[in-house]
Amino acid sequence: MQWETVIGLEIHAQLATKSKIFSGASTAFGAAPNTQACNVDLGMPGVLPVLNKEAVRMAVTFGVAIDAEIGQRSVFARKNYFYPDLPKGYQISQFELPIVGKGEVDIELDDGFCKPVGVTRAHLEEDAGKSLHEDFHGMTGVDLNRAGTPLLEIVSEPDMRSAKEAVAYAKKIHQIVQYLGICDGNMQEGSFRCDANVSVRPLGGPLGTRAELKNLNSFRFLERAINIEVERQIDLIEAGGAVVQETRLYDADKDETRSMRSKEEANDYRYFPDPDLLPVELDADLIETIRSAMPELPDAKRLRFAEVYGLSEYDAAVLTASKDLAEYFEQVAKVAGDAKLAANWVMGELSGSLNKAGLDLSESPLSAETLGGMLLRIVDKTISGKIAKQVFEAMWAGEGEADQIIEAKGLKQITDTGAIEAVVDGVLEANPEQVANYRSADEKKRPKMLGFFVGQVMKQSKGKANPQQVNELLLKKL
Amino acid sequence: MSLERSDVEKIAHLARLAVSDDELEAVTSDLSNILNLVEQMETADTEGVEPMAHPLHMTQRLREDEATEQDQRNLFQSLAPLTDEGLYLVPRVIE
Amino acid sequence: MHNKTISELALGLRVGDFTSVELTRSYLDRVSKFNNELNSYITVCEESALQSAEIADRRIRAGEAEPLLGIPIAHKDIFCTEGVKTSCGSKMLDNFIAPYDAHVVSLFNQSGAVMLGKTNMDEFAMGSSNENSYYGPVHNPWKLEAVPGGSSGGSASAVAAGLCVAATGTDTGGSIRQPAAFCGITGLKPTYGRVSRYGMIAFASSLDQGGPMTRTAEDAAAMLQVMAGFDPRDSTSADQPVPDYMAGLGNDLSGLRIGVPKEYLGGGLDADIEASIQLALAEYTRMGAELVEISLPNTQLGVPTYYVVAPAECSSNLSRFDGVRYGYRCSDPKDLEDLYKRSRGEGFGPEVKRRIMIGTYALSAGYYDAYYLKAQKIRHLISDDFREAFKKVDVIMGPTAPSTAFGIGEKSDDPVTMYLSDIYTIAVNLAGLPGMSIPVKPVGGMPVGLQLIGNYFEEAKLLNVAHRLQQETDWHSATPAGFE
Repeated sequence: MQWETVIGLEIHAQLATKSKIFSGASTAFGAAPNTQACNVDLGMPGVLPVLNKEAVRMAVTFGVAIDAEIGQRSVFARKNYFYPDLPKGYQISQFELPIVGKGEVDIELDDGFCKPVGVTRAHLEEDAGKSLHEDFHGMTGVDLNRAGTPLLEIVSEPDMRSAKEAVAYAKKIHQIVQYLGICDGNMQEGSFRCDANVSVRPLGGPLGTRAELKNLNSFRFLERAINIEVERQIDLIEAGGAVVQETRLYDADKDETRSMRSKEEANDYRYFPDPDLLPVELDADLIETIRSAMPELPDAKRLRFAEVYGLSEYDAAVLTASKDLAEYFEQVAKVAGDAKLAANWVMGELSGSLNKAGLDLSESPLSAETLGGMLLRIVDKTISGKIAKQVFEAMWAGEGEADQIIEAKGLKQITDTGAIEAVVDGVLEANPEQVANYRSADEKKRPKMLGFFVGQVMKQSKGKANPQQVNELLLKKL
Repeated sequence: MSLERSDVEKIAHLARLAVSDDELEAVTSDLSNILNLVEQMETADTEGVEPMAHPLHMTQRLREDEATEQDQRNLFQSLAPLTDEGLYLVPRVIE
Repeated sequence: MHNKTISELALGLRVGDFTSVELTRSYLDRVSKFNNELNSYITVCEESALQSAEIADRRIRAGEAEPLLGIPIAHKDIFCTEGVKTSCGSKMLDNFIAPYDAHVVSLFNQSGAVMLGKTNMDEFAMGSSNENSYYGPVHNPWKLEAVPGGSSGGSASAVAAGLCVAATGTDTGGSIRQPAAFCGITGLKPTYGRVSRYGMIAFASSLDQGGPMTRTAEDAAAMLQVMAGFDPRDSTSADQPVPDYMAGLGNDLSGLRIGVPKEYLGGGLDADIEASIQLALAEYTRMGAELVEISLPNTQLGVPTYYVVAPAECSSNLSRFDGVRYGYRCSDPKDLEDLYKRSRGEGFGPEVKRRIMIGTYALSAGYYDAYYLKAQKIRHLISDDFREAFKKVDVIMGPTAPSTAFGIGEKSDDPVTMYLSDIYTIAVNLAGLPGMSIPVKPVGGMPVGLQLIGNYFEEAKLLNVAHRLQQETDWHSATPAGFE
């Protein structure tokens, strides 16, 4: 039988606010346990939540970015369940009236086609703390620093049909929240988390029972876990079994999914409007202000790069993959005055060197101005592309700006015809045999044979002679 | 409405309340009596009436995004039944 | 000294008749003399009270004249008090030393009031008799075998017996007004949002409101002046100016339209109590007010509706008491579930558990619409009844409770009968309106309360209406025998 996979994603993006969603405790990552959990985060008796304005602004920004309906009136609700990392015994979330309603994003597939994926809703909620299962005298330790960190839960429609599509969608959302500056996107630290609802069905049939996959803290794990789960479900059904609706944990070490604690065994969260919080009413002005301050989004940037800079679709996509990279490229292009050259260097030498060194763009030893400054010297013919690689390496090693290095190492291109002519003459004199061969050779073979002389001249000039002038002089003299 | 013992067991579990077998009967009867009182609500015609969650027609006020809280872990954990290395301890949770 | 009002005592302090230390000492002496029989206090803060009194004396000598400076008061043990046990009447919090002050407590501290201690209450404010306290029942100073009412029974009996000048209480379904009525004192539940709930341990968040319990309406005005106001830490706190409550006291009542709901008289109301209420109403007409019969047609639905809304909110509010971060934890839990179930099962008393279970049930899948949502709709109807009424009248009056204080143990086995005793007070919380109870002519030697209900944020009007009666009559100044 031919099976079809149906996937929906729930993405939890931690919003990059300074303080928590309902308290004034810091959200900074990595503090000692429970030092950033104030009385509100700890659910002390009598404390009350007050909503963070910035969290609301960020949620609305996301909604505007995906062209979603914005809930002008939204309500916080309590989701009730007991767990040690949930101090109040309920999570403040949104249920019936979320802040962001239906929207849509386009994902690009390998075959070059675009596919729209529906976003059902995005709502604000508070994060839980962390349970640490290392051995504390046979007990579990609870750190509540993360409790109360604002989350935007972005729920998709079950529109994806393969692990690859799911990854493309997750990457797209990841890109958008980073572009908007509302989430740092760090998956290792848990700032961006994906849960996948996966089911299979006979092609075109009714929806199957879904399993919810958790603990997918990289795009690779997301893809891997979905593929494994799809296989598991198909095997199960084909063996006469049935999929049960449950939460499954992806274990990267064992590369398997397994049924999780029955955290929601009864699955009765008893949602009701939180009486400690009032309805959030957004005035139209606020939404308009956010709309007009909206930064350029990935899709628009990609199109502009192709159009304005004359880049290929592929190059434009690579350079707009992250906001940082796009901004870096644009600065390099501006300084160098040649966008294609800038694109080649950013995607080539720079990306390669960063990769090799295991560095992030933000940690690059070369600023966009420095790299652009060197490219400017290629453009104005001070150095050749080949010499530029030498300069790049020196800059990477921290030897200074391009001009200093060119000067110090005497790498300036020789453009003085007299000087080049002297070298050419010397080469011809030293190689009478090759000169004779060239002259007697067939017209068609000559261009290939010319390479020998060019190579010799460049060698003699330590690569500094202007290649074009060398060519011209050689042709004339031969 | 009359609850069964099994209903009460389910509710007590959801609410994480230990109710002993001895208490179960009395609790079941008390809760059933209360629900009978509550069910007088059925006499009200609420067709088209908006539910009212708050007495006042106010909207949520928003707080400026500022980290204002200081670390008070020592004070807070002095109230805790069991802590170690700054963590609250609970019986081992199996995932 | 213990029969004087706040303003009389404040004058005595200022002119040097006595010091705050002397005043505080005399109240502490009364507490140590009478608390054994009344059980009004859970915690007495002798040392810190005397320290605060010394500081108050210095401020008074320096010429400061804040109305509550140096005045000994008590807080219901539901308000968090930094460094002082805050039990909420529960075994669950028997070991809980609050790490911060409730907003109301900070305000009183700033005003220079002296905190004598924390008063007894029904566990987590759930009860109408104060029999649901982990610390044992409170006794009514008018008759020790009778309940003081609840849940603010400790505050009511302490004020009535002169174990503090005034006290704070909280009112979710009548918990200030009913004990005020049973103990013959003045109690005010302000408009929802008027007094910050920050640091007041939540029972039902959309109904809870703190307020003063005092000997007179004038004292209530002085107390409310300190308590009322906007608090940015409480999202439901009203950002509305606070009027000068003392300034309006003594205003003429001629032309005042008093609404008397027909549903509040007759029916299950004790005939003698009805007579007392009529006597007070007659007093008002003598002062120039006009009585208008009104109808609050959904009155009977108040109790059933309340017993969905309040338990639903409490079932969630009390989930935080789980034995993990503070409070009671059972011994030797065998696993996490055992920790939760036994800590909560052993830490909470029977009434709290009943309400948590009712609330859990009302919110659970399949019952939400029939119970919780239905209750929220009826809440709207009840609220509309009052809106309609206030188009025609300035205040509404009726009894606070259908009977005088009943005997300890008399109703404690029957939760439903107990719930029905809140019939006249509950609707006011559902609507979020301000309500007061003031003493009128006693019945059989026991106090009777007249309930005054005002429109939103019209506490000043209520206080004046109450004050005027207290100027013309002396029901409020009666003192229980043995506590003179």
